[in-house]
Amino acid sequence: MGDAWTRDDASTSDALTGEVVGAPVPDGADDYRPVALVDLLDRVLARGVVVSGELALSIADVDLVYVSLRALLSSVRAAAGGPEAPR
Amino acid sequence: MSEEPVLWLHAVTPGPDAGRLAGITGVGGGPVRPVAADGLVAVVAPVAPTEYGEVALRRNLEDLTWLERVAREHHRVADVLARLGPVVPARLATVYRDEGGLREALAQRRDDFRAAFDRVAGRVEWGVKAYAVPGAGAAASAPAASGGAGGAGTAYLLRRRAQLAATEAAGRAAARAAQATHEALARHARAARRHAPQDRGLSGVPEQMLLNGAYLVDADGGTDFANLVEALAGRYPAIRLELTGPWPPYSFADIDDGGRHDG
Repeated sequence: MGDAWTRDDASTSDALTGEVVGAPVPDGADDYRPVALVDLLDRVLARGVVVSGELALSIADVDLVYVSLRALLSSVRAAAGGPEAPR
Repeated sequence: MSEEPVLWLHAVTPGPDAGRLAGITGVGGGPVRPVAADGLVAVVAPVAPTEYGEVALRRNLEDLTWLERVAREHHRVADVLARLGPVVPARLATVYRDEGGLREALAQRRDDFRAAFDRVAGRVEWGVKAYAVPGAGAAASAPAASGGAGGAGTAYLLRRRAQLAATEAAGRAAARAAQATHEALARHARAARRHAPQDRGLSGVPEQMLLNGAYLVDADGGTDFANLVEALAGRYPAIRLELTGPWPPYSFADIDDGGRHDG
């Protein structure tokens, strides 16, 4: 699973560096453009509307998830003998 | 296994274009469907409680592969909806037991949603990240120590001290440049937000991130915004800028605080 993460980050962040992407195309999802997962998580985990009610679950505590991700990532890095884990 | 599906909330729209949802695939791989409530249309995907119920979610959110799939499925729907009209994307993993509960929750916040639609209508979100450029400005201010009194040890210490001072100065200059960049972009945008800088381990970028900004911009203003980013990149060599987007207005979808400027 660390593989998917790394590959996604490396390719998309390179592709997006300094690049100006076009305006949204009116119709269809066919031109769906991949985005860097880390940028996406910033938005869908930390932002977006939360409407309380008969909620089964909502990620109210985003930090918890990020902590888990960091721990997961560190363990992946360690297992792979990669560069030092993030602070 | 015979449990009723629960409802994954993708986004809320003003509707009533429910017909335009045809063919949109939601989280879990099935078609999304509208749930209308009090002039609002929630776009939901029915999902299995065995995978998306509370207990399962807590476990699955720890699984990076699962999280990535779901985040991308969630994003895809918001991305498509944002092209059709105003949309307020839901936070990931907002799940309801049934339509009744969802309708009730929506009705209570109807006016807040209306305000949010007004804020995001015809606008898109752009992301701008700034990284410190390693060594920028440091070379000029780290001269070799002059051969004065004192031995090699003293010379080393002086040189080392000068290097550290230069590094600190470069860091301060980069931080100032990132702040000025954010302020310039925020002035240009309808609204601005700063996300926490991304962890280097998660971003995969070795340089320190100084700005992780989101900017709400008129949909037809993307070129102007990109030009401004380019101009700022030229003005501040101490930082490297990265532009992402256009995004659905995730960072401006909070219905609680009016999406105010906060930078």
